This record gives sequence, C-alpha cells and structure tokens, in this order.
Amino acid sequence: MKLTAEEEAMRARECGEAAQWAIEHQIKVGDYLGARDFVPVTQAHIMADTESLGLAGVEWLERLARLPAQARRVRIPTITDPRGTDFAAAHRLKQQPWMLELERRAIAALEALGVLMTNTCINYQTIMAPVAGEHVAYGDTGVVIYCNSVCGARSNFEGGPSALAAALTARTPRYGYHLEERRQATLVVNVGFTPRELNEWGALGGIVGRLAGDYWQVPALVGIERVPSSDEMKHFGAALASYGSVALFHMAGITPEARRLDDVLAPGRSVPSYDIGETEIRAFEKSYAASIDAVDVVVFSAPQLSLVEMLQVAGLLEGRQARIPLLVVTSPQVKGDADRMELTARIEAAGGTVLAGMCFYQSYAREMAEANGWKRLATNSAKLTNIIGGYGYQPALMSMQACIDAACNGGRIP
Amino acid sequence: MSGAIFLAAAGMGAKARGQALVAKDGFSARYDLDRVRGIFSRPDHKLVGESYVGRVLVLDAAKGGVATAWMLHEMKARGVMPAALVLNAVNPIMVQGAALADFTMLSGFDLDITQAISNGALVEVDPTGERPFIRVARLSA
Repeated sequence: MKLTAEEEAMRARECGEAAQWAIEHQIKVGDYLGARDFVPVTQAHIMADTESLGLAGVEWLERLARLPAQARRVRIPTITDPRGTDFAAAHRLKQQPWMLELERRAIAALEALGVLMTNTCINYQTIMAPVAGEHVAYGDTGVVIYCNSVCGARSNFEGGPSALAAALTARTPRYGYHLEERRQATLVVNVGFTPRELNEWGALGGIVGRLAGDYWQVPALVGIERVPSSDEMKHFGAALASYGSVALFHMAGITPEARRLDDVLAPGRSVPSYDIGETEIRAFEKSYAASIDAVDVVVFSAPQLSLVEMLQVAGLLEGRQARIPLLVVTSPQVKGDADRMELTARIEAAGGTVLAGMCFYQSYAREMAEANGWKRLATNSAKLTNIIGGYGYQPALMSMQACIDAACNGGRIP
Repeated sequence: MSGAIFLAAAGMGAKARGQALVAKDGFSARYDLDRVRGIFSRPDHKLVGESYVGRVLVLDAAKGGVATAWMLHEMKARGVMPAALVLNAVNPIMVQGAALADFTMLSGFDLDITQAISNGALVEVDPTGERPFIRVARLSA
C-alpha cells in the first residue's frame, strides 16, 4: 500500500503504540484485499461484545488500555455496538456473574481508549446518521448495509479489531465499498410483492441474501411499490447482510444511488436477474415455522427496536398479558424515551421485559437457553432467525402481531 | 489427485498441514460453530456435528456477521480452532480476523476449491510465498 508521511510515522511508532498496532493491522488487511492506499474516515463503530471477545479479547483490549493516555486514544468519534448484557436485567435473564464481570472489564478498557459506549446497532436511527459520500468505519453488518444503501455512505464491514484500528488512525484501507466501481449492481431482483410486515421485509432480505451469496455481490431491487420506512429498510438490510454477507443494495427509484436502475448498472455489462414474489416469501417463513406448534420465548431484537417499534409493541399488548417470556430489546437512547413516554411501563405491565443496550444473540444466547429452558423461539426478525439456530434454538419467523399472540396464548402458535 | 497444487489469489499466516474438512457451504464463527465443543452446530450447515479442531477447512464463502473478527483470536487463545481456512471467497471480516489472530488462510482460486479437494485428504497450506497454495499430500489422511 502507498503510505503518506503521517502513515509512515504511525508505522514508526511516532504516534504511539496503539496507532502503530492499528496501522500494521490495516496494512495486512489492505494488502490482502488489494487496497492501494488509505481513505480518511469520520466515525467508527465497534462491535465488541464479550461473547465474541472472550477472555482473550478482553485481555487484549486491557493491554491497549494500560498504555499512556496520549498513546491510546481514538482520533475520531467512536461508538459501540450492543453489549452482552443489560446490567439492570441480567438476573432476569439468568446471566452469570462471570459474564457481567467480563463485560465490566471490556467497558472499562474501551472507555480508557476514549470510546463512547452507545451500545447500539441502530445508530443511524438514534445517534448520527452518516451523509451520502461520507467514508466511515462501521461494525455490525446491519449498520453497514443500512448506511451504505439508504444513507449513501461508504463503509466495508469493519469487525471489532479493524473498526478500533480505524478509530486509532482515522483512516481505513481503500477497498471494497469505498471504491465507486464496487458499488455497481451485480444482480437484479424483480420483486413482484411489496412486503407489508417487518418479518416479510426480513424474509425478502433473506431470500435476496441467499441469491447474492457473498460479500462482493450488490443486488439491485426493482418493483418495490412504495418507499419503505426506516424500520422496514432496517429489517430488510439486516437480513440481507446476515443471509448473504451483503454490504450494499440498491432499490430502483428509492435509494440515493439508484434513482433509475441504469444508474447502478455498468454500461455493457450483463448481470443475472431473478424474480421473487409472495410465494417465495411465504415459503421462506414457512420453512422456519412448519414444525413448531408452540414456543418457549418471544424475542424482539436484532436489530434493536426503534421508538416506533416500541410503540407498536406496547399497542399490541394493550389489555393483554404475556404468559411466556417476552423480551423487547432496544438501544439505551430509545429506552430513555420509552421510559419517559411510559412505553416501557405499558410493555412491562403486560408481562414483557424491556432490555436496553444489548442484543439477544450477542448476550450468551446458548447459556441463556440452558439456564431458562428456552429452545423454541418466536421472532419477527429474519436476521435473528438465521443466527439463533447455531445457538441451539428452533426459531419461528412470524409477524409482530403473531409473536405477541403467541406470547399471550402461553406460547401456542395458532 | 495426490500432489496436486492449487494456487490462491491471496493468503496470510504461517504454513499449516492437516486433514481437509470440505463442504460446499459457508463459514461464520458465530453462526455456524459451537466454539466450546469445537464442532459445527448450525442445523442446516453441511458439516453439522463435525469437529473442526486441527482440520484444514475447505469451504465456499465467508458468511455472516462481524463477530468472526474477534472469534478467531479467541478460538486460537483456547487452542480449539482449525489448522487453516481455505475459501473460494472471503469477506473483509475473515481477513480482519485472520490478521488479528495470525491465522492461516487462503482464498480465491480459478476453480471451485471445494470440488477440487477431497474430504479427508491430507493437505498442506502455504501462504508464505509470492503465490500462496494448497497441496494435496495424500488423498486420505
């Protein structure tokens, strides 16, 4: 990679030990992926829950945190993805003291580096959405795909170590979706059914993700009949990123880089085309729920709920009572508003549990299953449906309404 | 075929050797693995129930979320990890994770590597030269 004088200085440890580690890490990654140079970034978002970090990762962060203050601080605004617990509710989830202790150590280390502990995967709805053309270094695949596609920002998937490296150097290797030519569509999907419910948007994302298949594919959707809401885009993008490892999509006439389909098709290049209709979406949903007639727990999470989703949950629970655990997971920012507007109180009065600053699958999901006797799980998140099977759960993908009906019917699915 | 060499577009880490565990399926440390027991655990993964410890994983594409970037490091610290990862296609997360963990990885072939390597073959992985490669040392380990 071609380095500037400042980058050479970082490499020579003139900017401190943390920046030296960071630039060396970035050069390794950039060389592997064919980056020619670095691009400055304005924000970083770090995924660093302790289930992923493990003890080894926490100790690694603590080594950085013990460096002198001037040798360890991040250079740009740096925020965090959800943590592995909500300390206020950990006992209700039967999380173990060792999990909480590891979380406290990771938080202390990240704070010592100057990281803002926002603990959210919906920063584009709650903190500071990037603007079109802004180069950023975001972790969490759902954050990256939303900000690339809906906001028109430029980011690759930056895992925790690489997002931290970008925070410490204020730059990232210029490859992938920082390059204009990489942002062209590589497949076209003709959509014959515009989803109505969030789980249907997730199902559409899952189907397109399976078709796309890998990180370097950019689907362009044609035929979406209305402008989706932020929450609909959130569920669609999160599922697309989860099932396909995809970081960027276009919707013709809707997303900013594809006012027309031709805007994202390279001239003279032919790309494969696929059709998806309601039949495929129903089949996708059925593939998860067909063998389950009851669930042990209902989870709204992945991504964290917006204030509008919190309002919807509270409305659907009005006058009813959940008879199995009903977990409603949101960001610390939304939680404050939900408390103030009494949405939290309404949900909890109906038997739900509102959790903040965590995400269900990043919170020792396997251990929670064993401690609570949870095996069968209902959710309206296709992303969660995709992930949670690996933790030993049997998931059912259903609408928010159907999930709440199941919770209030003692877990039975009609 | 024993002795066959397949060149990769990119590689990192040290030389590695082990029995190949092959499937035309993806790889994500968070979605697919029980990292405590060292087995594939996602029910619809083609290698579900198989131990990956010490094996050279030959798979199609990197999948899933960003957690793998930390998890390879954590798996290595506990010694419950594959010997190497060989993929048709990587995503940045896999590269970032391998860079942090100093883990052996190859990717990018001019054929489908999951069709070229037989499950159970003894293979050598060398990412250290100008052209990284995987070589079949013996058809069955």
